Amino acid sequence: MIRHLKILEYALSSLCRRKFKNLAIIAVYAFTISTLASILFLTQALKIEAAKVLIEAPALVVQRLAGGRHDLVPTTYGDAIRALPGVGSVKPRVWGYYYDSINKSNYTLLGVEAGQTELELLEGRLPQRPGECAVGAGVAEAQVAGIGDDLLLIDADNMGRAYEITGLFRADSRLWSNDLIVFSTEEIRRFFAIPAGLATDLIVEIYNEREVVTVAKKIKRLFPDSRPITRNEILHTYETVFNWRSGMILTVFAAALAAFCILAWDKATGISGEEKQEIGILKAIGWDTADVLELKFWEGMAISLTSFVVGLLVAYIHVFMLGALALVPVLKGWSVLFPPFALTPYVDLYQIVVLAFLTVFPYVVCTVIPSWKTAITDPESVMRG
Amino acid sequence: MIRVRIFIGFLVLLMSAQFVLLVGGHQESLQVDRAGVAAKRELVKTLGLTDLALWTEARYSRHPSQADLFTSFQDYPGSFDHFPAGSIIAPNPTGLSTTLRVRKSAGRGRK
Amino acid sequence: MNPLIQVANLSKTFNRHRPDEMRALAGVSLQINQGEGLVLKGTSGSGKTTLLSLLGCMARPTSGSIHLEGRNIAKLPERFLTTIRRRTFGFIFQQFNLIRHLSVLDNVSLPLYPTSMRESEMRARARQTLERLNIGSKERTMVNKLSGGEQQRVAIARALINQPEIIIADEPTAHLDSHLSGELLDILAGLKEQGKTLVIATHDPEVYGHGLVDRIVAMRDGRIAEAG
Repeated sequence: MIRHLKILEYALSSLCRRKFKNLAIIAVYAFTISTLASILFLTQALKIEAAKVLIEAPALVVQRLAGGRHDLVPTTYGDAIRALPGVGSVKPRVWGYYYDSINKSNYTLLGVEAGQTELELLEGRLPQRPGECAVGAGVAEAQVAGIGDDLLLIDADNMGRAYEITGLFRADSRLWSNDLIVFSTEEIRRFFAIPAGLATDLIVEIYNEREVVTVAKKIKRLFPDSRPITRNEILHTYETVFNWRSGMILTVFAAALAAFCILAWDKATGISGEEKQEIGILKAIGWDTADVLELKFWEGMAISLTSFVVGLLVAYIHVFMLGALALVPVLKGWSVLFPPFALTPYVDLYQIVVLAFLTVFPYVVCTVIPSWKTAITDPESVMRG
Repeated sequence: MIRVRIFIGFLVLLMSAQFVLLVGGHQESLQVDRAGVAAKRELVKTLGLTDLALWTEARYSRHPSQADLFTSFQDYPGSFDHFPAGSIIAPNPTGLSTTLRVRKSAGRGRK
Repeated sequence: MNPLIQVANLSKTFNRHRPDEMRALAGVSLQINQGEGLVLKGTSGSGKTTLLSLLGCMARPTSGSIHLEGRNIAKLPERFLTTIRRRTFGFIFQQFNLIRHLSVLDNVSLPLYPTSMRESEMRARARQTLERLNIGSKERTMVNKLSGGEQQRVAIARALINQPEIIIADEPTAHLDSHLSGELLDILAGLKEQGKTLVIATHDPEVYGHGLVDRIVAMRDGRIAEAG
């Protein structure tokens, strides 16, 4: 034990000798790891959030396609679907998008049936009558409006309309409600000029979870122009979020990764004359090959472990305490309304272990392997200076 | 072995900080699971929401689960989309929309 | 006197079966006694350094045998050689071979790192050895800041820290002026008085006449030309 500690001690003093070089390596390495870990933390938190909450998403959404585009679906489809065995209720939904040319932002307009008026995540109440609306925090900020204020929108007939804000979705729900404006169904039909008898899509409730796919197939047979989307497909969409597709983050990150690879490559291929000489001296004065390799192992371990721990800590603070502020500009794209990431810290330990393995291990190998060849040769060459 | 002590002390310090954060985060997530998630589920159920309100830059990126792969570029199905969000999340990749049913046209019966 | 090292018909060929094959040693037989002060003399390329590295278990011979205290070490696997090297030999190199940017104390302690000796004991022994060589006041200094003579003393301290029986020195006076050479030889003579065996390769005539030398063996072209 003492022997290993002493070799570690020597490894550390050896690293201290090239202080600035090694600190620079640690900085680059920690940055790389914190970037990777930030992305992992962020996506994991979003995925888990989506998975936990979307359990209550509609079991089946039925859209209609016409000419390869989404089209309004006749509510009569709903009557036929309701008759299928296993189907509970079928509700037509009316919703759409609205471009606010003043803020250059897009809102999602949604109609709800009068009924439930209070929600835990809603301050005030849902709209009951035409002329009322409830808005998400992002919309309220963009319009600088609160409960009781009027919201001015331009309808399908190019008429300005004022709506009283009766409800404001709380900040906790921003990931879900940021850009929402909720009307009564009656009002939204008038606003978008969607005739009665048509809807944006249909929400189908199915008693037995296991029959969802069967029902979806039946609907597809019944109405070939329909496009049923099951809840599992919705969940699946969010499982693939940030799925390491080539993209903005990777493009930005690739630079850092490339720099680090060059560094590792440089270390792996070129063991310097000075290092060779040092290994020779150590062997000549009685260090074993195993001792030399242990020394190199500790050197690699000290650097990579420090970088890993620092990087992980930075990533955690960055994502869960600072709202991933460095990643937001990349993630945001051209969205004008973008909710701040007040993420629940759902962390997957397995991912951390994988990250540790993928970063610490290769670096240690990169440090030990090149020394190997020098370490196993006879130290005789040292004699010749 | 002053350096070993400093090094191990430093590592232990950072790791404990990380540990405290992780445990704290886990507690927080459990608490959110108890209280917050139920409220969010209520919201989603009542409004019939299907997607996170993250990307408002394009129709398909606001509701990726409701869009299909070619929404992003309807004139050229299969093309890659061109909005930044599309590089992060793809529209609903599965679906039943590509099933095929073959029926002979009425005017071309067998002789 | 009893033979400590018995070398028989020793050969060493570098780059065997290659165009640049070089025969450094061609059948050397030699006996070194306990407590003896032996000098190998000869021009560079005569095989002195090769013979020293074979004696010191730093390389293995192509053929022939080396008996150390009656045991043939010519064919031993590497890890045994390392142990023998650490326990039996102290090396003083022509180039000093200290590790730059490391303190004097660390350099001297180096051979004791991969042992299970406690750190405090290791440091104490290193300090003691430095004191003996009158360089204890510099223990915190980086070795690259020392003068040539001081560096050589640190190198000697490092060679002595394992309390080896045999000191092997390759051109120890090559980088020293005559005053420092004299000092070094006195240190070596002191070691010999303590019963250590010295094997020194050199072509410095100043060494030949020194009182520590019992026997001079001249080498030429990898063979012993003239045994003293």
